[in-house]
Amino acid sequence: MSSEWPLWEVFIRGQHGLNHRHVGSLHAPDAEVAIKHARDVYTRRNEGVSIWVVKSVYIAASSPSDKGPLFEPSNDKVYRHPTFYDIPDEIGHM
Amino acid sequence: MYAQLVKSEGTSREDMSPEEIAFQGRIDRNEKIEPKEWMPEGYRKTLIRQIGQHAHSEIVGQLPEGNWITRAPTLERKQILLAKVQDEAGHGLYLYCAAETLGVSRDELLERLHSGDMKYSSIFNYPTLTWADMGAVGWLVDGAAIMNQVPLQRTSYGPYSRAMIRICKEESFHQRQGYAIMMKMANGTPAQKKMAQDALNRLWYPSLMMFGPSDKDSVHSAQSMAWKIKMNTNDELRQKFVDQTVPQAEYLGLTVPDPDLKWNEEKGGYDFSEPDWDEFYQVLKGNGPCNKERLGARVKAWEDGAWYRDAMVAHAKKKASRRPVAAE
Ligand SMILES: [Fe+2]
Ligand SMILES: [Fe+2]
Repeated sequence: MSSEWPLWEVFIRGQHGLNHRHVGSLHAPDAEVAIKHARDVYTRRNEGVSIWVVKSVYIAASSPSDKGPLFEPSNDKVYRHPTFYDIPDEIGHM
Repeated sequence: MYAQLVKSEGTSREDMSPEEIAFQGRIDRNEKIEPKEWMPEGYRKTLIRQIGQHAHSEIVGQLPEGNWITRAPTLERKQILLAKVQDEAGHGLYLYCAAETLGVSRDELLERLHSGDMKYSSIFNYPTLTWADMGAVGWLVDGAAIMNQVPLQRTSYGPYSRAMIRICKEESFHQRQGYAIMMKMANGTPAQKKMAQDALNRLWYPSLMMFGPSDKDSVHSAQSMAWKIKMNTNDELRQKFVDQTVPQAEYLGLTVPDPDLKWNEEKGGYDFSEPDWDEFYQVLKGNGPCNKERLGARVKAWEDGAWYRDAMVAHAKKKASRRPVAAE
């Protein structure tokens, strides 16, 4: 078997000004072809106006076993949410 | 269905390790399992088999329809069919990527398809003889696929579930364009109507086979259902498919080729004849009408494309060595 094309992660920004969003991955020999493939595979129905691709090997990810220590610190900080504060109805929407 | 007879490897509840018990607990709470998280080896292997088989079905499934692209009756029909076949290529690619997150490479999966070690859906080993078959395939085959894929959007494995969500969004066009062809043919000349009836006659039972063997003979279901990589039993989905499809056939003025088909008020569904399961196993074994042709076309495409894949790698390497900064 000949050498396999490397894997790329694909990020697409849709029409409405939202962030680029991860949509999946694909194989391509280089970035230029990866973008072309991404267009064919992930935007056949106007799903996007901008494409980012990055080689999958360059993605650093948090480890699933760190889920606790990584995310727990924000669990007990209820005062970060607007609903923590009682504002009288007379004040109106705030 | 697209994944028929996937062998499932699990441990019985009594033999489960504490890790496996915790894992099953997560699934029972409808948590999604993501690529790098701990999973039982059997779960991983069964998923590779199932997602791989599903991906292969999408790819091989392009062949019976691709067969008619150059012979479509109008330019519009040609464009539609081309778009549909292109979608199926996309579906295959989404699914290969999902399988790759389980630690198997796409080339490896393709090799296992080409060597006959991995299967694809039995339905694609039947020929598409007339233009009406393009209608019947979209209506019945994509219809059966949708039946199976919609519940799989809720499957426990994150990447598989996300691939299914994408695929389901695109499938309804497939079924509708097929039914539109059937409407045209069924309301056309007597010869066209006859072609439509003939397509239904030939594809009805192979479509019912897509859901896999009857529940009483389906050995691997229980574990896969516990893992939520199978959401319904084969017979449940087959019944749903028949109940949905029979009125659609009636609307076309066509006859489902089953003399024993009749509405059963009590169960709120149709009674119908099972397909010929001997034929099903024969097709799976490689003895269907088109097995050799389909796999042969796949292998040929792969081998004929080798020079292109290699050239693209060589070109990318050369470019990278010329512009070291932009390279990596
Ligand atoms: Fe598909
Ligand atoms: Fe489809």
